[in-house]
Amino acid sequence: MTTKTVAGHDIEVNDEGFFVDPEAWTEDMAPALAAEEGIDALTDQHWTVIRFMRSEYAEKGTGPTVRVLGKTSGVSVKELYQLFPKGPAKIAARIAGIPKPRGCI
Amino acid sequence: MSDNAIEKVSIIISKGSLEGIYPGLIMANGARAEGIEANLFFTFFGLDAIHRKRHEHIKAATVGNPGMHMATMLGGLPGMSAIATHMMEKQMTELDIPSIPEFIEFIADTGAGIYACQLAMDMFKLSKDDLVEQVEDVITVGEFYEKAAGGQIIFT
Repeated sequence: MTTKTVAGHDIEVNDEGFFVDPEAWTEDMAPALAAEEGIDALTDQHWTVIRFMRSEYAEKGTGPTVRVLGKTSGVSVKELYQLFPKGPAKIAARIAGIPKPRGCI
Repeated sequence: MSDNAIEKVSIIISKGSLEGIYPGLIMANGARAEGIEANLFFTFFGLDAIHRKRHEHIKAATVGNPGMHMATMLGGLPGMSAIATHMMEKQMTELDIPSIPEFIEFIADTGAGIYACQLAMDMFKLSKDDLVEQVEDVITVGEFYEKAAGGQIIFT
């Protein structure tokens, strides 16, 4: 576990860079977190996915996998990989300040 | 992230049974979810997974499969494979595991490369038209190694 500064806030992240406390996340941190993942500008579609990650986590206690994202977020699987080339569920979870989604499918 | 993280995998699917095909698909899909580059190479009976007319009719093997926990003679009775397949598919649907045709389409959408083995195609007298549209190319074993360069190879 390490502490890092994101958009002026001190936050704790685990070894893989996921927020330890999702409640510590605020929307103004997203652009800086995205930049760390190599995403320079967050589009409306990025935000659709980020907000979907947050609401799924709030509702179910775990973030959605790529399959769930593709089926229910309104963004297709192809588009998800264009938005987050290094793994949509994983990268969007990091930017959305929630734990890494678990699930093999 | 660790410095020796896996960055690329090429997975060979050589069997044509339900239990022979799914593990490779799940591993390819899981790789892409992690942002790992993935290729799928279908050879021998594994070609059935990308065969337009056969990919919806993949069966679980009930003969010569001790994991089924049934006597081999029973497994050979007519309809046993269909029953076992039905039971497994029902279980998989409950876990939201996609059917093979849907899974192949999904994996292609994640950006994984899907290839068929030239020699197996020749053996079974198949042409690219017999295969699903997600298949990028029919390639030789040498071309497979070129595509797999710099990554891990998994044979299933």
